[in-house]
Amino acid sequence: MGAKVITITSGKGGVGKTTTTANLSIALARLGKRVVAIDADIGLRNLDIVMGLENRIVYDLVDVVEGRCRLPQAMIRHKQFPNLYLIAAAQTRDKTAVSPSDMVALTRKLRPEHDFILIDSPAGIERGFRNAVAPADEVLIVTNPEVSAVRDADRIIGLLEAFNRGPGQLIINRIKPEMVRRGEMLSAKDVTDILSIRIIGIVPEDETVIPSSNSGVPVTMSENSRAGQAFMNIARRLTGENVPFMQLDATGNLFQRIARLFGGNNSET
Amino acid sequence: MSGFFDRLRGRDRGSKNKAKERLQFILVHDRISLPPEQLAQMKREILEVISKYVSIDEEHVDIALQPRDRTSNKLIAEIPFKRRAHPEEVDEAAQGEILDVIDEDEEETVRVDPSRINEIEKQMDVDEGKQDEQPAQDPTKPSKTTD
Repeated sequence: MGAKVITITSGKGGVGKTTTTANLSIALARLGKRVVAIDADIGLRNLDIVMGLENRIVYDLVDVVEGRCRLPQAMIRHKQFPNLYLIAAAQTRDKTAVSPSDMVALTRKLRPEHDFILIDSPAGIERGFRNAVAPADEVLIVTNPEVSAVRDADRIIGLLEAFNRGPGQLIINRIKPEMVRRGEMLSAKDVTDILSIRIIGIVPEDETVIPSSNSGVPVTMSENSRAGQAFMNIARRLTGENVPFMQLDATGNLFQRIARLFGGNNSET
Repeated sequence: MSGFFDRLRGRDRGSKNKAKERLQFILVHDRISLPPEQLAQMKREILEVISKYVSIDEEHVDIALQPRDRTSNKLIAEIPFKRRAHPEEVDEAAQGEILDVIDEDEEETVRVDPSRINEIEKQMDVDEGKQDEQPAQDPTKPSKTTD
């Protein structure tokens, strides 16, 4: 069987799917895992930029699927983490160039040589989403603590169940503990109660995220980013490690607050 | 600064509760693909059917979707009756609505018995004129036309 295929999706755009995929890929690579990140957002290539690999792309996902290159030619190796590869999305081609069975076939070829294959799903619930979800062993649903994002997450969870890929696990991204404390933002507990699915990570809003994607160096690569630490913890959980939500690190104040939002529920992974 | 806002808004009174309420409402409908307007229509129809047979205590009717979890939502209906009604009472209570039903379903009436169209129209004219004097005739009509 080999690698585990993990698809990152959300329904709504702009909630942080690509940032999450980039950071989890790097975090898993830092943990010594052999990782392939695949950008399934055909026509709107982005993952390469967030990972800082945009200048090195020669062949992309559609080239592989249509047989214009061999698979290894489309796998861009990260310089700093030689056990991490990216397969970029095509920038200009027809979205229907790739089918769900193409994705299953592609991941089947990649599985034996790797530990994790992460697929960055496009927004929406169309073909691209179905492509991204088709080969998934596990689906991570990224959402923000906002009504529209949570609603879309719920829709995605319903679809995953219909496709037999459910229920998936939740990542709540861009939470602002200070606003939660003031009662002006849904807490992580509110969101998980409403969606009633398992949560695998809470990522705080962090001003280091945008500069890091500006420079193509995901936050997980630096030690002093809270969001980076949150992503690292999610990566650990993906490898089967039991990482409690509250016991995250030395910036205790913030995470204690997040933990408090979970009430007595801290032992949950 | 945040302390100021805390005092200003009170801790439980932030917009998050609004968000939660709206979400819960939206998701119940999303999950069964039944928009609020259709639910309201369904309620009206349920009550219409029931009130053909019994008199409903409309002030205490409570029909609502109850979300349990993603896969098992249910409709909980509490529809108290006034008491077992005599036919004349049903008739009085529902007269207006029943006449409406006849008007809306004119096509169906025609389809059921096209040859009698003129006769029916005449009869309806007569009914309209005599409405107040002859209410006892009306309740039999809707069951004929809708069956």
